Amino acid sequence: MATLQTRATARIMMSPAVILLFLWMIVPLVMTLYFSFLRYNLLMPGTEEYVGFLNYRYFLTDPAFFTALGNTLLLVGGTLLITVIGGILLAIVLDQPFWGQGIVRLLVIAPFFVMPTVSALVWKNMLMHPVNGLFAWIARTFGFAPVDWFAQVPLFSIILIVAWQWLPFATLILLTALQSLDGEQIEAAEMDGAGPLSRFIYLVLPHLSRAITVVILIQTIFLLSVFAEILVTTNGGPGLQTTNIAYLIYSQALLQFDVGGASAGGIVAVILANIVAFFLIRLIGKNLER
Amino acid sequence: MARSVTTQRKLIFTIIGWSIGFLIFFPILWTFLTSFKTEGTAVATPPQFLFFDWTLENYHEVQSRSDYGKHVMNSIVISVGSTLLGLALAIPAAWAMAFSPTKRTKDILMWMLSTKMMPSVGVLVPLYLIFRDWGLLDSRLGLVAVLTMINLPIIVWMLYTYFKEIPGEILEAARMDGASLMKEIIYVLTPMAVPGIASTMLLNIILAWNEAFWTLNLTAANAAPLTAFIASYSSPEGLFWAKLSAASTMAIAPILIMGWFSQKQLVRGLTFGAVK
Amino acid sequence: MGSITLEKVSKSFGTTSVIPEIDLEINDGEFVVFVGPSGCGKSTLLRMIAGLEDLSGGRIIIDGKDMSNEAPAKRGLSMVFQSYALYPHMSVYQNIAFPLKMDGQEKSAIDKKVKDAAHTLNLTSYLDRRPGQLSGGQRQRVAIGRAIVRQPKAFLFDEPLSNLDAALRGNMRLEISDLHHQLKTTMIYVTHDQVEAMTMADKIVVLNAGRIEQVGSPLELYKSPRNVFVAGFIGSPRMNLVSGAAAEKHNATTLGVRPEHVQISKTEGAWKGTVGVTEHLGSDTFIHVDADGVGKITVRADGDFATEHGQSIYLTPDPNRLHRFDANGQAI
Repeated sequence: MATLQTRATARIMMSPAVILLFLWMIVPLVMTLYFSFLRYNLLMPGTEEYVGFLNYRYFLTDPAFFTALGNTLLLVGGTLLITVIGGILLAIVLDQPFWGQGIVRLLVIAPFFVMPTVSALVWKNMLMHPVNGLFAWIARTFGFAPVDWFAQVPLFSIILIVAWQWLPFATLILLTALQSLDGEQIEAAEMDGAGPLSRFIYLVLPHLSRAITVVILIQTIFLLSVFAEILVTTNGGPGLQTTNIAYLIYSQALLQFDVGGASAGGIVAVILANIVAFFLIRLIGKNLER
Repeated sequence: MARSVTTQRKLIFTIIGWSIGFLIFFPILWTFLTSFKTEGTAVATPPQFLFFDWTLENYHEVQSRSDYGKHVMNSIVISVGSTLLGLALAIPAAWAMAFSPTKRTKDILMWMLSTKMMPSVGVLVPLYLIFRDWGLLDSRLGLVAVLTMINLPIIVWMLYTYFKEIPGEILEAARMDGASLMKEIIYVLTPMAVPGIASTMLLNIILAWNEAFWTLNLTAANAAPLTAFIASYSSPEGLFWAKLSAASTMAIAPILIMGWFSQKQLVRGLTFGAVK
Repeated sequence: MGSITLEKVSKSFGTTSVIPEIDLEINDGEFVVFVGPSGCGKSTLLRMIAGLEDLSGGRIIIDGKDMSNEAPAKRGLSMVFQSYALYPHMSVYQNIAFPLKMDGQEKSAIDKKVKDAAHTLNLTSYLDRRPGQLSGGQRQRVAIGRAIVRQPKAFLFDEPLSNLDAALRGNMRLEISDLHHQLKTTMIYVTHDQVEAMTMADKIVVLNAGRIEQVGSPLELYKSPRNVFVAGFIGSPRMNLVSGAAAEKHNATTLGVRPEHVQISKTEGAWKGTVGVTEHLGSDTFIHVDADGVGKITVRADGDFATEHGQSIYLTPDPNRLHRFDANGQAI
């Protein structure tokens, strides 16, 4: 393939995708950066002026920002904890031979294909409803007082919904990684007298470590900007209890029309995401070299 | 490897496996069942699981809502349109990167990936304003454009990893066998690449169908796809569980089936080839 | 018709030269083997002849015509790849028919040629299968079938047997040799295995680090290797190469003697040594001897020669079959 002519064609074939993607990335980002230094409110047109870092100062010293940051971290951390641990256990179960394995596999990955608005509404109304919800019925059946999920533990409720959506992703990837584990390695360990637990700790877990890292990083990218689930269940409330950074910026921009402030928040979000992205990209880049 | 699994062990795992599978799938199953109930039975206590009067009334009612068909069409146009547009841009690019790599190919791939990492909220404001000024708000065209760009990195990556697996020697063999570049593409490359292109297409239709940030923020009544349509049930219609369930079932069923078919390619696509 | 001439052919990637200028003459109908250790440039050279790699300098002349810048398809050569490079989405029949189809031949003519080739290669009952359903040896034969149907000026083989197991390799070696006798077409065969080179070639080209070390018939290379590299590369087990005092006795920096040219005695001889590992192959016995002041020497003895580990033994190299090399490794 290494002839000169093919190389020139290659460049032409690549350029539309590269140029469009570049524009897509750079134009809005520069605009966001520009707006973030302006006083710019859609309700007060014509009053735009340069205000330096004022928007950043407001955004970063706003108590709402810290609440939202805390919520974001809890949402990401909690979901990761549930999905990674649950994913490992599920992957191990699904890796065992049993009757109907293929069907169970399909059942387990199904939630991933449910659109966020549907899963949020189904959970909120039909499962977590304090009076008619299925959970309330189960609680009453066993003699407990039903939990009013979105009033008493709103953030945890959202974590549950999001974790349900992402558990299949973690399971599927960890299962794939598990199945690529060399059978002879396990047999060698068995010959060396390693029991099931030490085989798991010394062989399976290290083998899974790369897949776990991938799961954590990719999920973090998506979980940092969870939006639809919050919008259709709680609108960020009660109070600010379920407002994450993404929702905070949304409400600032499209509910309060504060373009400058929202832009400053957007830049903060980009920076936060880039910290994660930096590690993810390096990891994937390393795999590319092999 | 060739050790027989005891029946007892298999039985235990069958029970565990099916229980877990049932629990995880339950919300979807419940939605499906509820969609066939009347609004009364839907909220009944104790809940009715199977033995109720099955009715298709909710489906009729949801479909008779004047705008339902429009939202379905929007979802189809937006997800298929953005995927096809993405493929048109990505196939040549991935092709070039896989078969004529240069020193910079890896950097370009990495950079493309990094655009995917940019949080949507970071560019919400300018994009909203651009859309407002260009009259793209609440238009299918605008959403197709946005979703194309959102998913372009994934499409390029998936295609790249598929194309990469076509051995260069086979192309060389075709050349030795006297195939011109055109014939090489028609008879050898395309048939070998089609499975990869198909699964890339499938996964991206799924992702675009379920996208719920831009579809919620950039549409209102006209271009809203099913994600936004369902969101309109959040209140107060959310109290009509049976209708919500029927609408939800119709919104997720086609994608769920597509997803089940593409499950093998899913892992690779979602991890950018980092896990195969 | 298939004579190929390389004139000052060279290849470099950037500033690193992979193949300095090479001149080589390949006659019509010859079976030429390029042999050398991995990374010696033998595959690159073959691919340059095929047209899959650009030349950095020099000319490639096929049947008197300069083909240096011709597209691979125009050169009239066929190639069998190391991975076989079969088209996975086509049946065996379609694979073999592909070059004919590309050539625009008629369906009936194609059908006849494919069936003939399949018959020659024992593939008749597999014509409807996909490559994925075939064993390694069968895939190999399909690849060869695809190469022979278009009756090329020459066949190029790029390590075609390296993916097969040992027993199959032996069979395929015979089959390819047979094929050469039937078709009498020029063949260029690349391998790192000197046994393949010795058993199949009319002419062997020994390559090392992009340079041609020696060109000659198998027996020429065996009997009179031009330098230490060729001496050590050709022959199995390897020639014993001795340096130091034992070599200086014969006015050489390095002294070479093949295992089969060493007399072995339990009582007297030129070199005294201790028996190490003994390998009994049945027909032969290879004895690894640690000779005092000389070093490790491998000796070939009769199949039923009996020794014991640690036993003292005497070795005498056949004086008429010594290979002497100077300080530059060149034969004297």
